Amino acid sequence: MVGLIIRRFLQLLLLLFGISFLVFMSMHLAPGDPATIIGGPNATASDLEAIRENLGLNRPVVVQYFDYLAGVLQGDFGYSYQTNQAVTEAIITRFPATIKLATASMIVAIIIGIVAGMISARKQNSWIDVTSTTFALAGVSIPNFWLGAMLILIFSVNLQILPVGGLNSPFYTVEGMKELILPAITLGTASAALIARMTRSSMLEVIRSDYIRTARAKGVRKHSLIWIHALKNAMIPVITVIGINFGGLLGGTIITEQVFAINGVGRLMIDAIAARDFPIVQGTVLLVAGIFVVVNLVVDIIYALIDPRISY
Amino acid sequence: MNPLLQVTDLETTFHTPNKDLTAVRNVSFSVDHGETLCIVGESGCGKSLTSLSIMGLLPAKGRITNGTILLGEEELTKQSEVQMEKIRGNKVSMIFQEPMTALNPVLTIGFQLRESLMIHRQMNKKAATVKSIELLNKVGIPSPRERLKQYPHELSGGMRQRVMIAIALACEPDLLIADEPTTALDVTIQAQILDLIDELQQEIGMGVIFVTHDMGVVAEIADRVMVMYGGEVVETADVDAIFEAPQHPYTKGLLHSVPDVDNPMQELKIIEGSMPGPDDKITGCRFHPRCPFAMEKCKQKEPPLFNLSPMHTSKCWLQEVTESESNTVIRG
Repeated sequence: MVGLIIRRFLQLLLLLFGISFLVFMSMHLAPGDPATIIGGPNATASDLEAIRENLGLNRPVVVQYFDYLAGVLQGDFGYSYQTNQAVTEAIITRFPATIKLATASMIVAIIIGIVAGMISARKQNSWIDVTSTTFALAGVSIPNFWLGAMLILIFSVNLQILPVGGLNSPFYTVEGMKELILPAITLGTASAALIARMTRSSMLEVIRSDYIRTARAKGVRKHSLIWIHALKNAMIPVITVIGINFGGLLGGTIITEQVFAINGVGRLMIDAIAARDFPIVQGTVLLVAGIFVVVNLVVDIIYALIDPRISY
Repeated sequence: MNPLLQVTDLETTFHTPNKDLTAVRNVSFSVDHGETLCIVGESGCGKSLTSLSIMGLLPAKGRITNGTILLGEEELTKQSEVQMEKIRGNKVSMIFQEPMTALNPVLTIGFQLRESLMIHRQMNKKAATVKSIELLNKVGIPSPRERLKQYPHELSGGMRQRVMIAIALACEPDLLIADEPTTALDVTIQAQILDLIDELQQEIGMGVIFVTHDMGVVAEIADRVMVMYGGEVVETADVDAIFEAPQHPYTKGLLHSVPDVDNPMQELKIIEGSMPGPDDKITGCRFHPRCPFAMEKCKQKEPPLFNLSPMHTSKCWLQEVTESESNTVIRG
């Protein structure tokens, strides 16, 4: 187990190194000059040159990259071109909103997904199953910006029971919860649908397995048959889906934060890309990649806890 | 006194979108306390479905469409699922063919053993643990205390089958159904498992239904033998009668296909053709397309079960000659 964590940590470093390189190069090689954006429409050529000089953008790209990397290794991710704020500081102020949104969405997705999948499997081919599978298909297919807009229209504009957007109150207050509901549903629906489908098929496979028949031959009662003998086995593939999905979910925060006007890392990233604010883009992408790797490490650890056949 | 288990006219049908398929038809037999009945036949003859029907563990689309299953005074086909849960693992237990997949991979041996004791005997965890160690000892598993903490994948196939037997016998059932429990094991382990079942049967006095296609196993453990073909019983007799004076051509065919160690030059005979499926329409005797003795009558009319002696029945028109002597037809 310790070996796995060390191995993964080294992998993480390697991965972050690769990602930093790719993001850095794609930002610098893509068209669009930060200096023209910072200087504004009236800037003269010498103004622009001065800005470039000031930001170090006039040096060769490779030199800039290694300079950046040297900074990163010392914990210095650079400063925003736009606001001059330290990248770490900009991320730290925006991060809580994003992590709140992502966690709430994942919780919504896991609870709805597993419960719906279990019910579907237990009542295979019943109307409950058909309804739930149809919703699952719809859930995967619906783009979440549309879903978000519809939810706002129904619950905030027409019914006026939930706020239109923003994530300003602490999550443990009633206000904070109310603010989280719509964004979490918007972002979590696709994942919930995937988890539901995976849970259903995995559960159906497990229910037909030999060891479930053995348990029934022992006279195991129905509820412990499902919740003890079947669930643990059925969860093994579902956990993989949850882990992989978390990556998509983090990507999804970008759109959801836009729709609900949430001041999170996703919006920070989008604004930074539009403004060619390289340091911010690099910092946020590294953060998202790092989280993804860590979440998948956690998934692997959970695996070993659930399935005794897996050891690292 | 009533036999331990009395199955009468059992019919098990599978419901498919197109039509209903009858996989077990008109099967009747009984098992006494302390007796071992072997159900023999090729794959697909309905022997496993017969045992699953008794357990109430038929696959989702299957159900019992006719007949009665009396266990002592209880009619099993009339029990609700909740009532069956109280009977399974308690009065009737079952062990299966595949020890590699029959145990839950994510639960410890201890958990899986204690479970039926805690359900049926209302033991607490501590008492069930003590009893589990005793059971593992009984089935010949070394260092049982340590085994309780292990998972199935840490045990060999033979060990797992021993654990399965320990689980099945935890509540000292009246009836044990063993569905090809030794098929997946190698021969030495097979002999050990058969001895173990025999030993425990003597000790508990339970009746055993042993499902197998291996005539060698039959010779070793059976008191009585029931031969099934195409979902039907074709011959029932004492084990001696089956081996010494088999009557039904199918039984004879099965015996001819077993190698004889004393006669290495013997050429094994095969039964031409293959077992009919439940949806194959066959008029007359279901075995006639493969029967070397088939007569015109066999193609047209289904033979009844002829009573050759009180303990010996055969479902074949060839026995009609015998019938004219004894004149007893028990069932059509």
